[in-house]
Amino acid sequence: MKITPKDVERLAFVSRLELTDEEKTAYTRSLQESLSYLDLLKQADTTAVEAAERVLPMINLFREDKAQPGLASELVFANAPEEEDGAFKVPRIL
Amino acid sequence: MQLHTLTVHQLSQLLADKEVSSLELTQAYLERIRQKDHELQAFVTVTGEQALAQARLVDEQRLGGEELFALAGIPMAVQDNICTAGVKTTCASRMLSHYIPPADATVMGRLRKAGSVLIGKANLDEFGIGSSTGHSACPDTRNPFDLRAVPGGSGGGAAAAVAAGEAAFALGSDTGGDIRQPAAFCGVIGLKPTYGYVPRTGLISYASSLDQIGPFARDLKDLALILKTICGHDAGDSTSALLEVSDFRESLSNDSNDIKGLKIGLPKEYFAAGVSPGVAARLQEAITKLEELGARCVEVTLPHTEVAAAAHYALSCAEASSNLARYDGVRYGLRVEGEDVQNMFMKTRGQGFGSAVKRSIMLGTHVLSSAHYDDYYTQALKVRTLNSQDFAQAFEQVDCLLTPATLTTAPQKSDLAGDSLALVHSHRCTLPANLAGLPALSLPYGLSEGMPVGLQLIGRHFDEQTLLRVAYTLEQNTDQTRPQPNPADRK
Amino acid sequence: MSTYEAVIGLEVHVELKTQSKLFCGCATEFGQEPNTQVCPVCLGLPGSTGVLNKKVVELAVKAGLALNCQIGLTTWFDRKNYYYPDLPKGYQISQVFRPIAAEGYLDIEVDGRSKRIHITRAHMEEDPGKLVHSGGSITTSHSSCVDYNRSGIPLIEIVSEPEIRSGAEAKAYLEKLKAILEYTGVSDVKMEQGSLRCDANVSVRPAGTTALGTKTEIKNMNSFRAVQRAIEYEVARQMAVLEDGDAVIQETRGWDENKGITLAMRNKENPDYRCFIDPELPHIQLTPEWIEEVKATLPELPDARRKRLMEEHGLPAYDAGIITSSLALAEFFAAALEKFPDAKLISNWMMGELLRLLNAQAMELSEAKVTPDVLAKLLELIKKGTISNKIGKEVFELMFKEGKEPEEIVKEKGLVQISDAGQLTQILTEVIARNPKSVEDFQAGKEQAIGFLVGQVMKATKGQANPGVVNTMLREILTKG
Repeated sequence: MKITPKDVERLAFVSRLELTDEEKTAYTRSLQESLSYLDLLKQADTTAVEAAERVLPMINLFREDKAQPGLASELVFANAPEEEDGAFKVPRIL
Repeated sequence: MQLHTLTVHQLSQLLADKEVSSLELTQAYLERIRQKDHELQAFVTVTGEQALAQARLVDEQRLGGEELFALAGIPMAVQDNICTAGVKTTCASRMLSHYIPPADATVMGRLRKAGSVLIGKANLDEFGIGSSTGHSACPDTRNPFDLRAVPGGSGGGAAAAVAAGEAAFALGSDTGGDIRQPAAFCGVIGLKPTYGYVPRTGLISYASSLDQIGPFARDLKDLALILKTICGHDAGDSTSALLEVSDFRESLSNDSNDIKGLKIGLPKEYFAAGVSPGVAARLQEAITKLEELGARCVEVTLPHTEVAAAAHYALSCAEASSNLARYDGVRYGLRVEGEDVQNMFMKTRGQGFGSAVKRSIMLGTHVLSSAHYDDYYTQALKVRTLNSQDFAQAFEQVDCLLTPATLTTAPQKSDLAGDSLALVHSHRCTLPANLAGLPALSLPYGLSEGMPVGLQLIGRHFDEQTLLRVAYTLEQNTDQTRPQPNPADRK
Repeated sequence: MSTYEAVIGLEVHVELKTQSKLFCGCATEFGQEPNTQVCPVCLGLPGSTGVLNKKVVELAVKAGLALNCQIGLTTWFDRKNYYYPDLPKGYQISQVFRPIAAEGYLDIEVDGRSKRIHITRAHMEEDPGKLVHSGGSITTSHSSCVDYNRSGIPLIEIVSEPEIRSGAEAKAYLEKLKAILEYTGVSDVKMEQGSLRCDANVSVRPAGTTALGTKTEIKNMNSFRAVQRAIEYEVARQMAVLEDGDAVIQETRGWDENKGITLAMRNKENPDYRCFIDPELPHIQLTPEWIEEVKATLPELPDARRKRLMEEHGLPAYDAGIITSSLALAEFFAAALEKFPDAKLISNWMMGELLRLLNAQAMELSEAKVTPDVLAKLLELIKKGTISNKIGKEVFELMFKEGKEPEEIVKEKGLVQISDAGQLTQILTEVIARNPKSVEDFQAGKEQAIGFLVGQVMKATKGQANPGVVNTMLREILTKG
């Protein structure tokens, strides 16, 4: 498929990535290259083949319902860009 | 004494015999880093003070007559996408340039318990996405054999550190060859264990179904020792295998008949296109040697090798797009202010991630979008099944597989510019093992035009032993497996 | 005006009653200081990995069985990717492709008519954190604060088929759902604490047609009553839009409780969630045997209990419905009945006095001091004639407020009924002397005059006189005289 600058803008928005104009141009080309490469996937005959989201059979790993103390407050906020009154502060939502 | 060229087990003996103290050993390695690392740039962070404190503690314990593990007091490098409590863990990304984890990764905890001394955090391609350690927010790491050549990636820092004697061993992570390819380029041993064998807790995810922590080492005894320390179930990691860990050192037999009758498969697809003559020649020598030692090498086929690489690319980008969504400037990491929260997300992520990471995320977003999901994502999962079936069929005939680890030796940095598929091409020999979750080992085997050549052994799930056995036999019966970057060091 | 039909589907999020979160050991307690019940997993710190809480699977299966669902033997978790500050990993772990429970139903009753509402699915997922908008609302605040205590708390989302036709049906559905989840111990189902939350998908179409109209999604409803009102408003609004020849716009609308209207919410993009199976979490494989074991632990459910109250205890359908509408009421009834075996009388007192007082003070039964035991004692006192029915109500109010034993109250306040002729004669004589007109009227055959005289005696004794005895005595005196 053909990737247009509009597609790149949409993908960047959905991925929450602000791009410069130069980046948009560069990604239009390189994403096109990547997708052309991925067209290789179509060559594989996968009729009657099951999808494998993981490689080893893994089932039913559980833990018991026991509460434990959480992280100490200073560790919770140790890396926080902005803290206010014991919460993570963010700019306006809307 | 050239402490920085010795193996872990040699150093361990010196420590046990009190010929040297952990403090002296750590000081020697720190001095080596001071001399070398301004050129090599293998480290993101050197933890000098903490390392010395840790070394003193081990010395005290030894003097107090405590029984210590073989790794006690040995300086190690840990790749900077593995969490270290209280020590910056950046993933070589602007996004996490000041991030200090509250807790150790499970493997880090196990190594601390064994007494290993963390000497620094090794450079990598940002979040593990790359094949040259040239996509790092830090200065590019260089190849100890030739500073103009790349060390490989994404684990170039760890490979270069071990190769150059800046650490006695190192831990990295392998999503598509990120341990094995740099190990091959830098002339050290690298192992990607079976998926689930080493706990992932504290490994900062790139592609969860492919990522696996593994060691870089100078010889097979060291490798077995490290592996035994880091393998084993972790109740806090849902992908961790519930399995007894064997003592890998038992696989290292000095019986020269040890691989007699062993069947080694040579997948023809790996030998078909693009192997450079130098690599092909070394590989042929290894095959000849293995046959001399009694193994039988037979051609096998893995017909979906080429398309498996494309499936790996689609899946790794898809998972990365989701795994890297948490970097939003709210709880930790970089924040670039914006007029509202979504705008803050856009700016933070736009400026916090480098170009290769952003490309992977966007490609992954595309692959997972509902309009293309079946064509790319589901199809890639099905190809993953085909790839696993290929390996399963091969393992019905042979005990392990032998391939080149890389098609060429380490390229010059100047030759790499601008190829968006460089990662796929450079990792083409290593990707299929990740896709199938198989253990795979990269072993140095001689030089080509002064640069190390690596061969790769791929085994059945949880059959690391066979790989160690074959590699050890080659190590014990040739002088090809420990190329040295600087002959002056070998006096 | 042509006639329209409302088409309503409900999405209900219910917090499961566990000690710890879905994938980590953090506590789930409500009302703690912000960000004190968090860890690397529920904060989405780099490198964190979680492991599934087994109890969640058990409770989800329990809920599914109680809602008559099919339980999936193979099920798993998927990731739903979107960006919002309360979502710490940039994705929500949910079940998109293979819910643990599907194809169930529950029966509701509205205006005496029973109706079956089908349940599409019930799936497990993690709750996001909570946003607090400093100094205003989401639209006016310059900044917001995020508390991740709620992040990772296990939920089940229960999705109904669009078979609900009115606000009243929606309310009945929620009440029944709440009762079922409460009976099974799956959740606390407290809407005011957010452990039960409801969104409604509403559309209208000309009556008799089958195609679905454009729907809106209604959010921010904080009580069952609000759900009913919001739906009624929204249905009327959509009908008016169609009547005017306009089209309903597909959008998310918020319920404004004070104004009693729904308003379009800004900035609710309809994201492509890019769902895929979570590669970090193993599949869940259940056996039919294990599901049977869970089934065996299910208690008697509201419908069965209601039927039993009607059949075994002869309660009218209405009474039985109210008493079984909450587990607390049903248990209260059962306990009282053990001590005082008159079901209808207990039911009358519960529906009359108990619920009246609870409603008046907006209290939960669990907060009231009155116990089944003391109600039974009170009824015993009335039955024995120690106190009158009327005094009984007074005593009940005191029991409700102070939690005292009825005998104690009666003694303290001197409320024992006077049935002794000797004690009453004096008062009767006085009342007769003071009301010659009524005496005359009665003697002239006006029957209702006796009622007035009884009332005067009751007044004079502050209600303590036994009205039956007074009546008989008055008649005796007046007909003789």
